[in-house]
Amino acid sequence: MEKRVTFRGWLLPFLLIAPQVAISAIFFFYPAGQAIWQSLFIPDPFGLSSQFVGLGNFEFLLGDRYYRAAFGTTAIFSILVTVFSMIPALFLAVTADRLIKGSGVYRTMLIWPYAVAPAIAGVLWLFMFNTRVGVVSWYLGNLGYDWNHVLNGGEAMGLVAVASAWGRISYNFLFFYAALQAVPRSVIEAAAIDGARFWRRFFTIVLPLLSPTTFFLLVVNIVYSFFETFGVIHTITSGGPQQSTTILVYKVFSDGFVGQDLGSSSAQSVILLIVVGLLTIFQFKFIEKRVHY
Amino acid sequence: MKKTLFGMLAATSTMLTPIAAMAQTEVQFWHAFTGRLGDLVKEQVADFNASQSEYTVVESHKGNYSETLNAGIAAFRAQEQPHILMVFEVGTATMMAAAGAIKPVHDVMTESGAKFDPDAYIGAVKGYYTSTDGEMLSLPFNSSTPVLWVNRDAMTAAGVDPDTDLSTWQNVGNVLDQLKAGGEDCPLVTAWQSWIHLENLSAYHDVPFATKDNGFAGLDAELALNGETQVAHLSAMGQWAKDGKFIYTGRRNEGGANFRGGECALFTESSAGYAGISSEAEFEFDVRPLPYWEGVGNAPQNTIIGGASLWVMSGHEADEYKGAGEFLSYLSSSDVQAAWHQNTGYLPITVEAGDATRAAGFYDENPGTDIAVIQMTAKEPTANSKGIRLGSFDQIRGIIDEELEAIWAGDKTAQEAMDSAKERGDALLRRFETANR
Repeated sequence: MEKRVTFRGWLLPFLLIAPQVAISAIFFFYPAGQAIWQSLFIPDPFGLSSQFVGLGNFEFLLGDRYYRAAFGTTAIFSILVTVFSMIPALFLAVTADRLIKGSGVYRTMLIWPYAVAPAIAGVLWLFMFNTRVGVVSWYLGNLGYDWNHVLNGGEAMGLVAVASAWGRISYNFLFFYAALQAVPRSVIEAAAIDGARFWRRFFTIVLPLLSPTTFFLLVVNIVYSFFETFGVIHTITSGGPQQSTTILVYKVFSDGFVGQDLGSSSAQSVILLIVVGLLTIFQFKFIEKRVHY
Repeated sequence: MKKTLFGMLAATSTMLTPIAAMAQTEVQFWHAFTGRLGDLVKEQVADFNASQSEYTVVESHKGNYSETLNAGIAAFRAQEQPHILMVFEVGTATMMAAAGAIKPVHDVMTESGAKFDPDAYIGAVKGYYTSTDGEMLSLPFNSSTPVLWVNRDAMTAAGVDPDTDLSTWQNVGNVLDQLKAGGEDCPLVTAWQSWIHLENLSAYHDVPFATKDNGFAGLDAELALNGETQVAHLSAMGQWAKDGKFIYTGRRNEGGANFRGGECALFTESSAGYAGISSEAEFEFDVRPLPYWEGVGNAPQNTIIGGASLWVMSGHEADEYKGAGEFLSYLSSSDVQAAWHQNTGYLPITVEAGDATRAAGFYDENPGTDIAVIQMTAKEPTANSKGIRLGSFDQIRGIIDEELEAIWAGDKTAQEAMDSAKERGDALLRRFETANR
C-alpha cells in the first residue's frame, strides 16, 4: 500500500522547497544563464568592451578540429575513469564483505584516498611516474620499458585516468559495500544449498541485485570524469602531450583562464551542459530500463 | 609574572601603533614570486617602506605568472584592482589593449614627480614595454634572456673538450654527436621551448616571428613562425630528439632539474637560471651565449627578453599614484637594480646598474654572468628583434608547445607542425582582434 502525504494549502510545501529552489537559482540557473548570454559575445578580458557575435563562438568552436577531437578524448577518458574506478571498487567491496574479522579496519583504510584532494592526488601520481625521479618509472626502466608520458600520449592518458580513478575507488567502494550488505542472505544461502559456487552466485544473484547501485555509480562517475578531474589533469599533464589529455572541461579552463577568451570559454560551457544533459537523459532512458529495483 | 608580561606586550604595542596611525597611503603590489625571488621582493618592499614615511607598499603573492594576471583581471572586474600588478611578458599585448584598465607608467611618473628618465633603461628591455610612439607603458622588472649552460664535467666524461666552441648550432651538432658517442645519455635539454627555440631563434637570426613587426605595428599581425629558418632549426632539433641527443622533459623548465642534477651536458635556459644552478650544481659549469646557425639571416642579431614588468592599474586616487610612482622609481634606482641583477641573474634594467655591477668586479668574480647582457645589447634591435607583442599569446604558446611535441615525438615534420601552429594561432589572433576592436 502506497503512502502519500498531502498538504493542505500551498504555503508549507512552498516554504519547504524554497531553500532548494533558491540554491538552484543562485548557484545553477543564474550562472548557467550568464554562460549562455556570454557565449554570444567576444568580450575583452577586463570587461571593458564586448562584441556581439551571435552564434559566432559556436561556429568557431565546431569548425576547429582540435575542439572536435576533445570530444573523442573526453569519451575515452570518461570510459577509462569509470571502468578503472568501478571494477576495483566492486572487487574490493566483495572481498571486504566476505571478511569476518577486521572488516572495519579495511573499510576505513579503503575510504582514505577519497579524502585526498584531486590536485594532491595528481602530484602524488606524478611523482611516482616522473620520468626522471619516479619510483614506478624507475622499475619500469629496469624491466626495459622506457616510460615517458611527457611525449607518449597513450601513457599520459593512462596515467591521468588512473590518477583520477584512484580516489574515486573509495567512493564507489562505499556504495557497493552498503549495497552488498543489503543483499538478502537467504537468497544466497538457498543458491549455495543448490550447489552454486561463489562466482556463479555472484554473477546470477548479487550483480543483478546491485544494479540500481551500479547504475547510480555509472551516472555519477561519468559526471565526475567530465567535471571534477580538472585538478589531476592540470597537475600531471596540463592537457598534453600535444592534446592527448585535453578533455572538454580542461579546454574550458585553458581558453577562459589562460587564454582570457571568455566568449569561447562560455560557449564551451554551454556545449558541455548540453552534452552532459543528453548523456544523462540517454542513460536514464535506455540503461535504466535494464535496472531492477 | 603574567601581569608584567602582559604589561610589556601592551607597552610594546602602544609603541608600535603610532607608526600605523600616521595614516600612510597604502599601495597594493601583486606579484608572482615565491622562494628566493619572493624573499628578495619582500626585502625590496621592506627597504622602500623603511626609506620614507608617506607610503606603505603592501606586497602579496598571487600564484604563478598566469594566475597573477588572472587575479589582476578578476580584481579589476570586481573593482578591487591593486595599484601595481606584475604581468609576464606574454601578457603584455593583453594589458596594452586594455587602455581603460591601465595607467601608463610614463604618466604615473610624470604626475608623481618622481625621478624618471626613460633613456636610463636598456633599449632592448625597454622596447618590449614601450608603445609605438615611445611612451613607456609598464616598468620592466625582471628580464632575462636565454643562454647556453654547459656541464663541463659531463663534457670531459664523454671525452669532449669542455672548451670547445659552442657558439653555433653547427658546432653544437658536432658536439652532440661526440657526446652521444661518448656515452652521454642526455646531451641536450631545454627549458621554455617556444621562447628559446622559436621566439628567440627568430629574433637572433633577424627573421620575423609574426608579421607587422612581430605585432608591434598592429593587432592584425599573423604568425610567421613557419619560415625557412625556424623550420630548418626545428628539423635539426627533431632529428636530435629522434637520435636521443635532445631530451624533451616538458613545456616549462622541468629540464632544469635534470641539468642541475648533473645528468645533462648542455641546457638552453634563461640567464635567470643562474640562481638555481649556482646553488645546486655539484659540477663545474659554464655559461655560453645562445648558439646561432652560422650563415643564416643576420645572426647573431640580439636575443629578446622574457620575464615580467609592473603595470599600474587605473581607478585609484592621485596620492596613491604618487606613492606607486615613488616605489617604481625606487625599484629602478641603480643600487636596487645592481643587487637584483647580481642576486638573480636577471638583467639589470638600467645601463647605470650594469656599469655599477661591472665596476664592483662582479663579472670578473662570476665569469659568464655578463653574457646575457652582452647578447642582448651588442646590436641595435631591429623590427624582428625588438620583442613580440601578440594577443592571446599565452594560449598561442600552448599551441606551439603542442605542435613542438608532435615534432619531438616524430608525429609531424617541422614544416607540418609549424604550418599547423600558424593556422591555429592566427585564428586566436583574429579573435583577439575582434575582442579589442
